[in-house]
Amino acid sequence: MLKIRKRDEPWKWGALVVFLGALLFSLVLSALLLKGQGKDALYGLTVLWQGSFGNVWSLEDVLLKAIPLFLCSLGVAVAFRMQIWNIGAEGQFALGAIGATWMALAFPGLPRFVLLPLMFVMAFILGGVWALIPAVLRLKLRVNEIISTLMLNYIAILLLDFLVFGVWKDPASYGFPMTPEFTEGAIIPGIAGSRVHWGIVFCVVVGIGLWAFMRFTRLGFELTASGEGARVARYAKIRYGMLVLLVMGLSGGFAGWAGCVETSAVLNRLQPSLMVGYGYTAIVVAWLARLEPLNIAFASFLLAALRVGVENMQLKLQIPAAFGTIMEGIILLTVLAGQFFLTYKLVRKPRQE
Amino acid sequence: MWDFLIPLFAATVQSGTPILYATLGEMMTEKGGVLNLGVEGIMAVSALAAFWASFVTGSPWLGFLAGGFAGMVMASLHAFVCVSCLGNQVVSGLALTILGGGLTHFLGVPYVGLAAPGFDPFNFPLLSQIPFLGDIFFKHDMLVYVSFVIPVLFWFFFRRTSLGLHVAATGEMPAAAAAAGLKPIRLRYLAVIAGGFLVGLGGAYLSLAYTHLWTNGLSGGRGWIAVALVIFAFWRPGRAVVGAYLFGGVMAFQLRLQAAGTHLPSSLLLMLPYLLTILVLILSAWRGRRIDAPAALGTNIEPEG
Repeated sequence: MLKIRKRDEPWKWGALVVFLGALLFSLVLSALLLKGQGKDALYGLTVLWQGSFGNVWSLEDVLLKAIPLFLCSLGVAVAFRMQIWNIGAEGQFALGAIGATWMALAFPGLPRFVLLPLMFVMAFILGGVWALIPAVLRLKLRVNEIISTLMLNYIAILLLDFLVFGVWKDPASYGFPMTPEFTEGAIIPGIAGSRVHWGIVFCVVVGIGLWAFMRFTRLGFELTASGEGARVARYAKIRYGMLVLLVMGLSGGFAGWAGCVETSAVLNRLQPSLMVGYGYTAIVVAWLARLEPLNIAFASFLLAALRVGVENMQLKLQIPAAFGTIMEGIILLTVLAGQFFLTYKLVRKPRQE
Repeated sequence: MWDFLIPLFAATVQSGTPILYATLGEMMTEKGGVLNLGVEGIMAVSALAAFWASFVTGSPWLGFLAGGFAGMVMASLHAFVCVSCLGNQVVSGLALTILGGGLTHFLGVPYVGLAAPGFDPFNFPLLSQIPFLGDIFFKHDMLVYVSFVIPVLFWFFFRRTSLGLHVAATGEMPAAAAAAGLKPIRLRYLAVIAGGFLVGLGGAYLSLAYTHLWTNGLSGGRGWIAVALVIFAFWRPGRAVVGAYLFGGVMAFQLRLQAAGTHLPSSLLLMLPYLLTILVLILSAWRGRRIDAPAALGTNIEPEG
């Protein structure tokens, strides 16, 4: 018989072992899934690997996808740290894109060094405000933020549809729902002629900024302390309500930035194909990274690689992109189950009692 | 006037039915103290499983059961992660939704656009002849009639059977329940898996009765609405019926407006159910009945030792 025992001291490297174990487990399960669909599983996994890391082109693609994931996950993680369940990154991302597009369409003639900052500011504001709605509802009326942020995702996506099918539609788009292409001043340029754009440098700055804020400021400390719950925070004389607003505003603002970067640098216009679920994958990333900024960079890169690899499989094995979503779900569930072993261990119990 | 209202109310009952099954399923789960945010994913998977089983066997009833069974399988994943491995209930539910969405888009590909035998409406003997009420409630398919009985059974289970009381006890105070000689872990598994079965029936309704077709994204946010309705209903089956039909009404109304060709853009009309969900949460929070939630909802049972 096995018995559950609490660990006396934390398991060094345990988190990494659990993470890698989950990755391996999900690969095995996905191989089985491919086999069930009558595909060559081993070939499939090779295609997955080559698609992600095989050549410069795909590595560029991974970095491009890691950028919005990183920004969204940072936002999600900041809120999760305080035990505020912001599931609304997807909607806040959409609002950021809307804000950026708004500026890009309103002031097409402005030079880049004026227009881009305007877009970033508006994206942060709209994304942040979208996240403040559930924050205020939670503080004033104790409305469950999990469901309100989720509902706001659906509403945001429909709002985006409304705009690109209606008032913002390009008359020259032959009926396709999209805005006109942005002017040069509204586009984040690539670095040294590559496809990877300056958004990646922006990510590094934001990431370090957030880390420093959490580490060295009083507010950042209060934020982590409030993660223990509203009551503890109140005992420590922390203005819990203010912190919730701050955290949700930041959280939504980061997701908004992701929407701005993606619209400006990658699509160069607003269109519904912008919404590919970065906001939901961000939840997976944040949790895998155990809410630490540096880990988030690593996990975003990994999950971006998974997305790019699956695109390659899609092409070569004729499977739907949803395959990547399945893997994300499995990885997350396995990590959740595996984290049990960080606190507990199973010991053999002698037969006699 | 009645020519417009009676068909609208009848459509209300029909579109409220899958939400009713799912709401009762989540309520069952939460009564045992476990929050399952995977309802949306479970509904999607069970809709596909139900469609597939009915397509292959030609029997919609087998399809219905397959939907419930798929719901049980998905829910037992959640139970394993949360009850046995003490995983975070919020995140595990989200993972289940992510997984469910992926699975249906992946496995459903060969069936997109195909039709399977489903449930057709028929006039319920005698009852359908009652004026007004007959037209609204008794000219539906068999699964709607089944859904009339389930809230009553639900109420009976929690109020009149000892097993029901034991489940509710683990949702309130698992430690006390254990001290009284009950097995909280086992009871929680039961609540999560039985709840998953009910949610699965709701998913099956979508592919077998609501449409007879398989398309992606069939659940369309209904799972999340169900989670919100459990709060709105204060964990009581009777109010779940009211809430489910409220949403059924808005969905039916919105579809009718679109069909009538209003000048309002469809994207704005489609927002209605989601806006209503937020409104419903505000209303239930405003009435301040949070005390009705199972006291141990969302907290895992730590093993001793």
